[in-house]
Amino acid sequence: MTISNLVKPWMMAGLLAVFVASCASTQEEFIVEEDGAPVDGQAQTGSIDDGSSSGADATGLTDGDSGDGTSMGAPMNALETLEQTDGTMSVRIVYFEFDSAKLTSESIEILETHGNFVAANGEVTVRLEGHADERGSREYNIALGDRRAQSVRRVLLFQGASTDQVETVSYGEEQPAVTDHTEEAWSLNRRVELIYTVN
Amino acid sequence: MKQAITYLLASILWATPLLAKAALNIEITGGVEGALPIAVVPFDTSKLSNKLPVDLAEIVASDLNRSGVLNSMNRSELPANPHYSNQVKYQRWRSAGQDYLVVGRVLEKSPGVYNIEFQLLDVLKQKQLLGRSMPAKTRNLRSRAHQISDFIYEQITGTRGAFNTRIAYVRAQKNAGRKYVLQVADTDGFNAQNVLESDEPIMSPSWSPDGKSLAYVSFESKRPEIFIQHLATARRSKVAGFRGLNSAPSWSPDGKFLALVLSKDGSPDIYTLNTATKRLKRLTKHRSIDTEPVWTSNGRAIIFTSDRAGSPQLYQVNANGGKPKRLTFEGRYNTAASMSPDGKFIAMVHGDRGQYKIAQYERETRNLTVLTDSSLDESPSFSPNGKMLLYASTRGKDGFLFAVSIDGRAKHKLSDQAGDIREPVWGPFESK
Repeated sequence: MTISNLVKPWMMAGLLAVFVASCASTQEEFIVEEDGAPVDGQAQTGSIDDGSSSGADATGLTDGDSGDGTSMGAPMNALETLEQTDGTMSVRIVYFEFDSAKLTSESIEILETHGNFVAANGEVTVRLEGHADERGSREYNIALGDRRAQSVRRVLLFQGASTDQVETVSYGEEQPAVTDHTEEAWSLNRRVELIYTVN
Repeated sequence: MKQAITYLLASILWATPLLAKAALNIEITGGVEGALPIAVVPFDTSKLSNKLPVDLAEIVASDLNRSGVLNSMNRSELPANPHYSNQVKYQRWRSAGQDYLVVGRVLEKSPGVYNIEFQLLDVLKQKQLLGRSMPAKTRNLRSRAHQISDFIYEQITGTRGAFNTRIAYVRAQKNAGRKYVLQVADTDGFNAQNVLESDEPIMSPSWSPDGKSLAYVSFESKRPEIFIQHLATARRSKVAGFRGLNSAPSWSPDGKFLALVLSKDGSPDIYTLNTATKRLKRLTKHRSIDTEPVWTSNGRAIIFTSDRAGSPQLYQVNANGGKPKRLTFEGRYNTAASMSPDGKFIAMVHGDRGQYKIAQYERETRNLTVLTDSSLDESPSFSPNGKMLLYASTRGKDGFLFAVSIDGRAKHKLSDQAGDIREPVWGPFESK
């Protein structure tokens, strides 16, 4: 094998790179997304929007002081996320079946989003308040509410929230959301509420 | 600061003699067939310089009526008004269908200082069964009347009376003041006094065996913590404020330990706390819910609720630890045990097809008997003589207390216009 054979492919690649670069500078500007697909200059918001920030518009995001000037726009701060009135983060209650602390798969999905949020925002703490419906004895219901809060806590910690960001309390049947004595009222009382604080 | 104010309020209430004002209304709701007829004649107060503020005979008659064992004659139907046994014409009382007759009188030693005398007479045998004389002051007249009821009840039935005892309960107020109040009252609903007022839930009161203190759970710090409060002085100390649950305190019969529930080591488990040394001993170690511990009357074992078998049932464990033994097998839901003083029975909340009733379990035969026919019952508590059960029940929108005799015959309802009442616990016999 001669040296010239080894060198040749490298030289070719180098020439090609120079050629591409010079080509790019003479053509119309692209805004290149991470996956390499070129996007038209007007469409920034479309590409960033993953559904959790619907309603936030481009000018709002890129205005002001959030900028490190990335082309995708600045992320919302913790307070803004918590103030949203729709989307996953605005769901602050999960519900349970009678005498159960088991989370539905829908609840787990919601809580994973919350867990990610808490993990990403160290100044945020969340208090998980567990509740039960009124049937049966009060102290057993305190323990049941505690167990429900612990179920939720596990999901948040698994997503990366730290233990000192998550507090749990059980109120058992003492603080119902609905005071009627019907199946419907009871189903609304079997819950864990997420109460956020931004410190 | 808020806590200091709470203490002060409570101690002022205890120190001041209260006017006899019923906070709880009593309504007899269960029949008295088969009850023994007794006539309690108004006591003679004619020799007193001032009107007696309390109608002793009326208190005695009401007490005896609530027992379900005796049925007091209506005052309006009394055929005569004797105050001494030598004034009694027995034939008249036999014609009126009475088995027993009570006569009495109040004499004054000095203003506000009295001597009460009463006699219990057997109408058929035409003789005295019991006669007593007791000193009294204005502030303990009601208590003396309850003691008279106790003497009469014990003489006739052979069982010690529990009329001169108190109950504790939590009231959830809707409109005025603080949202939750822990109160202590006489068993007839009079003399209700505040132990603790809070905007956050108060739960699980438990009497010390000497009747002088209450343990309870308070959420005043926005988390459940267990306190012990001395009633007369309102002095209290926090005995458990661990991470997680601190709940269901239960005093041992010798007053030295508190069984309680903590979840600091994972899931709710039973612990015992030495109240003097503050040492904790863990009794259960299971990832299930273990809660609602109560001591057996000899203090050697603890009965508790656990869902380790899939649904909540009652278990028993040695007070020194060991393997818990399951007690209840009937029904999917058995919780909230209360021990009878003789150790023979356990009262509980028994869930059956969506209804939650009070049931009684006989330990020797393992027989379970349902005692109530309502659907949202909770918190059963035995009287210290084991003859009555106090419990809470929701009727319509509100919570009430009910007392039922253990044979199911007699029943009365205690209600409070100021709010829902729940979590009743019957106090011990007064030690004196």
